Amino acid sequence: MGLAAWTAIAAAQQHAHLAALSPDTTSFEFLDPATAREVVAIAAQIVPSDDGPGATEAGVVYFIDRALKTFASDAAASFREGIADLGVRRKKMFPGSKSFAALTREQQTELLKSMEKTPFFDWMRTATILAWLGPPEYGGNRNQVGWKYIGFDDAGFFEPPFGYYDKESK
Amino acid sequence: MSVAKFKTSETVDFVVIGSGAAGGVMAKELSVAGFSVVVLEQGPYLTEQDFTHDEIKFAVYNRLTNDPKRQPIMYRKNENEKARPLKAIEYGRQVGGGSVHFTGNYWRLHESDFHERSLYGEIPGASFDDWPISYADLEPYYTKAEEELGISGLGGSNPFDAPRSKPYPLPPMPVKSSGVLFERGAKKLGLHPYPAPVAILSQPYGGRGACAHCGMCELFGCEMKAKSSTLVTVIPIAEKTGRCEIRPNSYVRKIEVDSSGRVSGAIYFDEHKREVFQKANAVVLCANGVESSRLLLMSKSKLFPQGLANSSGLVGKNLMWDNGTESCGLFEHPLNEFKSIQATRVIHDYYAADRKRGFYGGGGIDARFDFYPAGFARSALPDDVPSWGLEFKKAVGQYFTRTMTLLSHASSLPMESNGVSLDPDVKDDWGLPATRITFDWHPDDIANMKWLVEREREILDAAGATKIWSFPVEPPDVNVVPSRHLMGTCRMGNDPKRSVVDSYGNAHDVPNLFIVDGSNFVTAGRQQPTATIQALAYRAGEHIAKKAKTGELG
Repeated sequence: MGLAAWTAIAAAQQHAHLAALSPDTTSFEFLDPATAREVVAIAAQIVPSDDGPGATEAGVVYFIDRALKTFASDAAASFREGIADLGVRRKKMFPGSKSFAALTREQQTELLKSMEKTPFFDWMRTATILAWLGPPEYGGNRNQVGWKYIGFDDAGFFEPPFGYYDKESK
Repeated sequence: MSVAKFKTSETVDFVVIGSGAAGGVMAKELSVAGFSVVVLEQGPYLTEQDFTHDEIKFAVYNRLTNDPKRQPIMYRKNENEKARPLKAIEYGRQVGGGSVHFTGNYWRLHESDFHERSLYGEIPGASFDDWPISYADLEPYYTKAEEELGISGLGGSNPFDAPRSKPYPLPPMPVKSSGVLFERGAKKLGLHPYPAPVAILSQPYGGRGACAHCGMCELFGCEMKAKSSTLVTVIPIAEKTGRCEIRPNSYVRKIEVDSSGRVSGAIYFDEHKREVFQKANAVVLCANGVESSRLLLMSKSKLFPQGLANSSGLVGKNLMWDNGTESCGLFEHPLNEFKSIQATRVIHDYYAADRKRGFYGGGGIDARFDFYPAGFARSALPDDVPSWGLEFKKAVGQYFTRTMTLLSHASSLPMESNGVSLDPDVKDDWGLPATRITFDWHPDDIANMKWLVEREREILDAAGATKIWSFPVEPPDVNVVPSRHLMGTCRMGNDPKRSVVDSYGNAHDVPNLFIVDGSNFVTAGRQQPTATIQALAYRAGEHIAKKAKTGELG
């Protein structure tokens, strides 16, 4: 992910704040609908939803859309190349397939495994994790589903005992 | 009294360059002593409203530190290599400097740290030396720093600590689950865990409220002023004197000298990149262990062709690194380590060097958790956990609240081949030569870190961890972790041929120039340099004020 100016981050936050007013938004500023569907499918492979809310419910795709338009805009070109590369690999591995999103889950996993070492996959993994577990103001981690899943709380104020072992020792 | 505002045409008593751990103290000491002071700080003037809990902004993008995009850092292992851009060093870049975003650990040096060379003997390949002062010289100033800034701890609880003249002004912070487990494991092994001394308020102090245990200390600024940074402690006192102006967004490019070889002020870029010259009777350079040397090297003149205050050739040399190792342990029940300060228990049993180990070194180990949610998922899990997919997700969910880490703060030997120089090719956004870091590890430093990882694992095992994993002691040429503790590049000493400044930071070559920050360290202790940087600043500040009052600075 590219490095951002302070102002770009502030702009992203402002943007996210506005977006938060309508959390059901399905509009994108950077991604076209087809690419957005691919991003949703990749993110769902990285953080699936089998055992509870994952990348899809966290709204990872909205975070990524905003990031590529704002604080990670210098990653936009390599992101597009990565999506194109994904398409090339898909056609080779699964001739006749229409999109990554339309592959079976097993096929998706197989394809991503072949790309694990690429900078694009690394970027997608990082972005998905930041969106899943980062501050909700950026458009991801909707309803704090990521934080709830791992047991994190950003209450800003805690009192001892903090955990099992300091409680036990009292 | 209103905050001072000086005209650049005025000659002020002091220009202080940098407003961090040392610069903030210096601003206060000199302005309270009655002198006019302009503090030039390259970063912005932020306040607690700016310090949100935004992991992406502060822990991923490190917005409180130097931005390598605007100020490139070039790194090479040795002088035969071509330097490449790499954020090898990191420092706080706002009013308050690194004291704003540091973790808050506040360790005094041990008595032995000041004369380790005499105790241990020569080490091949290292410019290992004694300090020109002893612990006794610095003790009153450690005490002063702890009282003025507000440090929480329990005096006498660490059997390896040197004697103290006074207890800590505040009781220690409440123990976390990591501290309880660490004590359990350490005591089983016959070690001596004690409450971590920290620059964080356990109770209200000096008009500031106690810590609310929000959990966001390391890399973050404190939104409630409970972290005792210079921003919220001494800098407000300095401003209240009406004699101290903090001038943010002021990036110094040269310290100017007159025809007699005395410094006459500093030339800096203001926020619009306009050049400004601030005249001063004396200059105190507190820009950190890398930037201070860089500025001296950029301040070449006819009288000082190899850089200001550099007749010894030692400006920029002997850079010591923020060496550390880390192991994690997984436990059965939730520790919830994301709550409260990062570290609450420490041991110094392995601090002193011991020839029997076969290498020089040692370390202090603390129990902590310095991961935030996304950072933990990105890079803290053990190798046997997949890095994506359902098993990855489940592991993040299971491990996040049940993991603690042991961090060893390790020694770093001074070597003349390691240091700071000006990159001959790359410039920063202001057109100044980029910082070039040349650094390789002494074999003893590597051996020591490997040894400390084993000590961490023993303690985690004794504490009952169900799984233990360690981060590799990185081979020196790859994946450099930024060094945040920047020490050694203007070392103090009595011999002008073998040191840059005297024990008060006075440059051997220039009577009215002082350099006071981590660069003065002769040896690195076991990291956690902030307490010593600030004690040195209090000691030097008192001395400089005395000299200025008696007219010795001219």
